[in-house]
Amino acid sequence: MTQASFDMTNALSSVPGAMSTMPTSSAKPVMQLEGVSVFYGSYEAVRGTTMPVREQQITAMIGPSGCGKSTILRSLNRMNDLIPGARIGGKITFHGQDLYAPDVDPIQVRRRIGMVFQKPNPFPKSIYENVAYGLRINGIKDNMDDRVEKALRDGALWDEVKDKLKSSGLALSGGQQQRLCIARAIAVQPDVILMDEPCSALDPIATGKIEDLMHELARTYTIVIVTHNMQQAARVSHYTAFFTAEVDEQQVRHGRLIEFNDTGRIFTNPTDKRTEDYITGRFG
Amino acid sequence: MTTQSSTLTQKDRGRITDRAFWLLCIAAGITVLVILAAILVSTLQQSWPAMSKAGENGFFTSKLWDPNIGKFGILPFVFGTLVTSLIAVALAVPVSIGIALFLTELAPRRIKGSIVTLIDLLAAVPSVVFGLWGIYVLAPAMTPVYKWLHDTLGGIPVLGALFGEVSALNFMTAGLVLAIMIVPIITSITREVFDTVPDSDKQAAWALGATRWEMIKGAVFPHSFGGLVGGVMLGLGRAMGETIAVALLIGNSIQITANLFAPGTSIPAAIVNYFGEAGGDYTSALIGMGVVLFVVTVIVNLLAQAIVRRAEIRMRGAKA
Ligand SMILES: Nc1ncnc2c1ncn2[C@@H]1O[C@H](COP(=O)(O)OP(=O)(O)OP(=O)(O)O)[C@@H](O)[C@H]1O
Ligand SMILES: [Mg+2]
Repeated sequence: MTQASFDMTNALSSVPGAMSTMPTSSAKPVMQLEGVSVFYGSYEAVRGTTMPVREQQITAMIGPSGCGKSTILRSLNRMNDLIPGARIGGKITFHGQDLYAPDVDPIQVRRRIGMVFQKPNPFPKSIYENVAYGLRINGIKDNMDDRVEKALRDGALWDEVKDKLKSSGLALSGGQQQRLCIARAIAVQPDVILMDEPCSALDPIATGKIEDLMHELARTYTIVIVTHNMQQAARVSHYTAFFTAEVDEQQVRHGRLIEFNDTGRIFTNPTDKRTEDYITGRFG
Repeated sequence: MTTQSSTLTQKDRGRITDRAFWLLCIAAGITVLVILAAILVSTLQQSWPAMSKAGENGFFTSKLWDPNIGKFGILPFVFGTLVTSLIAVALAVPVSIGIALFLTELAPRRIKGSIVTLIDLLAAVPSVVFGLWGIYVLAPAMTPVYKWLHDTLGGIPVLGALFGEVSALNFMTAGLVLAIMIVPIITSITREVFDTVPDSDKQAAWALGATRWEMIKGAVFPHSFGGLVGGVMLGLGRAMGETIAVALLIGNSIQITANLFAPGTSIPAAIVNYFGEAGGDYTSALIGMGVVLFVVTVIVNLLAQAIVRRAEIRMRGAKA
C-alpha cells in the first residue's frame, strides 16, 4: 500500500510528457482514491490504489484481465454495493467528500457519477423513453422533449434517430445502442461518467465515433474509461493508470496500480518496467 | 475405404435416432391435437340438441334458466363465472407480483427457499379443502367486513350497487378463495419471468441512480410484460374452470346482479350440481355450457397471445 502511494507521488511530481497537448495537469481532482482496496468476501481483489480523477479530463485504466480495473471503476460510483460481500478499504473522495461515509446515499452518488457498460444495455423501451427514464427518476418533468433531444445530440445520435424516437432502443445497431446508453447517462448531467470497455463489442467505425464523442464530452464531463485497447487509451485519454495482478507472500493474487501518469508519459517513457513490458506487448 | 464406410454408418445411426426423436415429437403433438378435437367434437355433438334450439330455449341470449319449462338461458352462469374469475384475478395479480418481486429482488437466500416451498404447498391443497375452509372459516370471518363495506359505501351511486345487501355465501367470497387458489401459479410464473431479466438491464437502472422501485419499473417490468400477461391468463383460466370450491361457496342462486355480496352461480358449479338430476335436453344444455366455457377460455388465451406478441414487437423492435 505504501509502495503504491510512493509510486503515485513520483508520478504526479513528474512534468507532463512529450505528447501532451492534452492533459491539463492543473485541473483539480474531482475524485481522489487514497489506498483503496476492494474485497469480495475475504478476497482482496485490488489492494492499495491511490490516484486522482481530474476534472474534465479522460482517465484511462489499462492492464491485463483480472487485475481489478472494473472492480475499481465500480467502486467509484458504489456499484459494488450491489454485489453481496463486496466492501472497500481506504478512502475515495468526491469533491472532497468521503464517498463511503455512513450518511452518503449510494443512489445520490450514482446520480452524480454515471456509468456506461461493456455490452450496450438499452432498456426494452423506445429510444425516447430510454433517455427520459433517467430524467424521470431524477424528478425532472418539464421540457422533457428538449432535454431528450439535447442528450441525444450530445450523444451524437440525434441525426440518426430523430425520425424514430418512438421505436425500440433495441432495434438500433450496437454502436448506436452504445451511444444511446451514453445519451441516457448524460441526460441527467452527471459530474463523472465511468465507462467499462465501452467499445469492446463494437466495430472500428462505431468505436471511432464513440472516441470522437468522448473528446466532445470531456469538455463538460470528467470521464474514466477502462479499456483493453492500448491504442484507444493512447488516443483518447489524458491520464492513464496501469494495473496488474501480482501474487503476494501468501500466494494470493491481488490487483495493484503500478503506475499513474499522463498518457503521453505512460506510452513513451514509463517509469516502471512492468508498464513498459505491458504496453510494448511483452506482457505474460 | 473401410474406415470411411464405418464413419458413414455411424453418422447414419445418429441420423436415425434424430429422425426417431423427431417423429416421436410430431406424434406427441398430433396426439394432443387429436384429443382436443375429439373432446370438442363429442361435446358439441352431445350439446347440439340444446344449442340448436337456442331460438326457443334462449340458450345463448336469455337469463331465464328453468329446465321444467325447457328454458336453458346460460347467461347467469356465464356471468357468475366471469365475475368470480375477475375478482380472483384482480386480487391475486397484485399479491402475486408483490410476492414474486419480494422473492427475486429482496428476500435473502435463506428465507427465499422456505417461502417458495410454502407457496408450492398452497398449490397442493385440494380445492375441496379450500371450499370447505371458505364455508366454515372465511365466509363467517368476512361477513362483518362486507357489512361494514355495505354500510359505509352503500350510499354512493356505483359502489352502492356493487356493495349491496350481504348474504352468507356470495360472489365475493368465491372470488376471494379463487384468488388464494391462483396465487401460487401466478407467483411461480411471475417469479420465473422476473428471474430472466438480464442483470445488465438492472445495472443500467442502478447506474442512473434508480431506487429499488425505480429499477423495478424501468428494468424489470418492461422485460416481463409478456410473461406477466401469460401468467395472469393462466390464472384466469384456472379460476374460470375451478369447480368444486366455487360450487361450495357461490351460494347457487341463478341470478344476474351487480351486488358482489349476493349469491350467484357459475358454469362449472352448475354442471357439477345439476348433472346427476339432468336428462335429455337438460343434460345437453349443461354440456353446452361446458363447450361455451371451453371456447371462452380459448378466446382469452388467444387474446393474451396477441397482446403479448404486440407488446414484444413494440419493445424489442420486431426482432424477437
Ligand atoms: N462479483 C465478484 N465476486 C467475486 N470476485 C470478483 C467479482 N468480480 C470480480 N471478482 C474478482 O476480482 C478480480 C478483479 O476482477 P475485475 O473484473 O475487476 O478485473 P478486470 O481488470 O476488470 O478484468 P477484465 O479486463 O477481464 O474485465 C478478479 O480476480 C475477479 O475474479
Ligand atoms: Mg473488467
